Amino acid sequence: MSDNDPAEDDSQHGVSTKAVEMVVAAAILMLGLVVMADSHRVGAGWASDGPQAGYFPFYIGLILCFASAWTLWRTLFSGKDIAGVFVSHKKLRLVLSVFVPSMIYVAATYFIGIYVASALFIGAFMYWHGRFPWTKIVPVSLLVPVAVFLLFEVWFLVPLPKGPLETLIGY
Amino acid sequence: MEEINSLMQGFSVALTYHNLLFMLVGILLGVLIGVLPGLGGANGVAILLPLTFTMSPTSAIIMLSCIYWGALFGGAITSILFNIPGEPWSVATTFDGHPMAKAGRAGEALTAAFTSSFVGALIAVVVITFLAPLVAKFSLQFGPPEFFAVQLLTFCSFIGLGKGHPAKTIAAMMLGFALAAVGLDTVTGTLRMTFGTHELLRGFDFLIAVIGLFGIGEILLTMEEGLAFKGVHARINPHVVWQTWKQLPKYWLTALRGTLIGCWMGITPGGATPASFMSYGIAKRFSRDGEKFGTGQMEGVVAPETAAHAAGTSALLPMLTLGIPGSPTAAVLLGGLLIWGLQPGPLLFVEQKDFVWGLIASMYLGNIVGLIIVLTTVPWWAAILRVPFSIIAPVIVVICAIGAYTVHNALLDVALMLVFGVVGYLFKKLDYPLAPLVLALVLGDMAESSFRQSMLLSRGEVSIFWSNGLVGSICGLAMLMLFWPVISKLLARLRRGNNDLDEARPVE
Repeated sequence: MSDNDPAEDDSQHGVSTKAVEMVVAAAILMLGLVVMADSHRVGAGWASDGPQAGYFPFYIGLILCFASAWTLWRTLFSGKDIAGVFVSHKKLRLVLSVFVPSMIYVAATYFIGIYVASALFIGAFMYWHGRFPWTKIVPVSLLVPVAVFLLFEVWFLVPLPKGPLETLIGY
Repeated sequence: MEEINSLMQGFSVALTYHNLLFMLVGILLGVLIGVLPGLGGANGVAILLPLTFTMSPTSAIIMLSCIYWGALFGGAITSILFNIPGEPWSVATTFDGHPMAKAGRAGEALTAAFTSSFVGALIAVVVITFLAPLVAKFSLQFGPPEFFAVQLLTFCSFIGLGKGHPAKTIAAMMLGFALAAVGLDTVTGTLRMTFGTHELLRGFDFLIAVIGLFGIGEILLTMEEGLAFKGVHARINPHVVWQTWKQLPKYWLTALRGTLIGCWMGITPGGATPASFMSYGIAKRFSRDGEKFGTGQMEGVVAPETAAHAAGTSALLPMLTLGIPGSPTAAVLLGGLLIWGLQPGPLLFVEQKDFVWGLIASMYLGNIVGLIIVLTTVPWWAAILRVPFSIIAPVIVVICAIGAYTVHNALLDVALMLVFGVVGYLFKKLDYPLAPLVLALVLGDMAESSFRQSMLLSRGEVSIFWSNGLVGSICGLAMLMLFWPVISKLLARLRRGNNDLDEARPVE
């Protein structure tokens, strides 16, 4: 589902596919080098008792480098099928408007537990994106964590991260 | 008829109230997962896996595999009614399914889709019933080189048969292997690629990767596509079902072809998605109404659905018999087996008869239950998709986060899941295939240990991989798969050279 059709509404402005393709390929290349270097460090050869720990990963790293170099090469020198916009600024904003709150949500679970964080996250999301009235936000954002609580803590006895509120009510 | 006896025994395992209940729950959850964006078979099973740790392995696998069948059924609902493929393998179903729905024949399209997926799955289960014990018996004589050769075959088929560019398939796959190598090396006790950190000691769990890549990545993609789901209303009543069933036998040849393609692609891990496209393409080429494909032909629904479901089902065959999953979801189920303390592979058929045959029996039952459930409950599922995305999206993120946390009770995993989400988003948009990455991550340790053992046996000589007929022919087949794009091009050129006159029009 690669919709990098340049004729689409306002998607002329944005991050170019070529740039992203190169960055990703370069990152994979770096990773391949790291894998090779570390495998070399632990020994990628043959010891008295058989292959060393880095023997297999070394070749994995090598093939990884080769594959990403291939992609880099293709991106640089046969650019006709990768012209276009990877993601327009408008769409990028939409994507970030999900991703950034998700990051905050995950960070928040460290401090206030997953239940309270989930309620706040769902509520905030419904408020910002859906423009729901409070009469809908409050029940939905409370019901989901309560249902999760019953399912995990009560029925399946799987403990999830909890914060000060749960301690207050004795969990 | 040893298989029939074993199967009957399997039915006695599967047909307890307890297990039937799990089956029902699994199908319902599966359809729900298949319908919702961002929750697919693979990560749905991954999220629920921790909940099954305390269950008996047989009940657990029955429930989880039923989630898988449910997800396969569910994908068709969104494709036909909303033109949104809930799962990648139902993309081809949208081509004719959605036009049918828009023409007011939604009920027919859905009935055709469900029935043909049922038929595809059923035939695939029959194939599993009779082929799996043979494969298992045969592979009992496999040594490390043979196992590595089979794994090589698996990965080479991905490169050769996959839709993406080979460079990207290889990169995704090797990334999986590299991630699998992180952590403690169990053979030598060396720490690999941990860079002195405590957190990397455990390595990367593939469940986290699956939840991030498929779950969070999909949510980000869906967000980008915009949030409006415009659907067609569907009503299925017994009359429509009956009318459609009367038409379906006409397409027996398409269905059979689809099933065969599906079984083949499922066992050699091409996967359900390419199988559905291939089946659609071939049906279009051979059908008398091929020209009308894409405008709402029932045959165009039958072809991809039979193939996808047959592939999805038969992907469990290599998982059970060789310990090599044919699809990401099968890979997650394999991970489940390991967690429940069962070693997948040929010995499973000897040592865990009840488990294996209970699972196979539950495949028959699960698909029958699934067909009845989806036919009777379609309007509800369609209603779920009318819930605004601004509610569904955060709830799915919450579910993914909980799923990631429960794997190891580690909050770091939840952060890691987000990282994998970004990777999934980038990879999907750049056409890096995710399935080989997940499979390599799951199989990495196994592939490495069978490679090492082979090297030990041969004292480092690679020639062990063609030292006898069996391992040599598997490796040969692997090479054939690897270079299949090149070979098929050469063959096509040869054929064209021979008869220039009756050159067929290239068919997409």
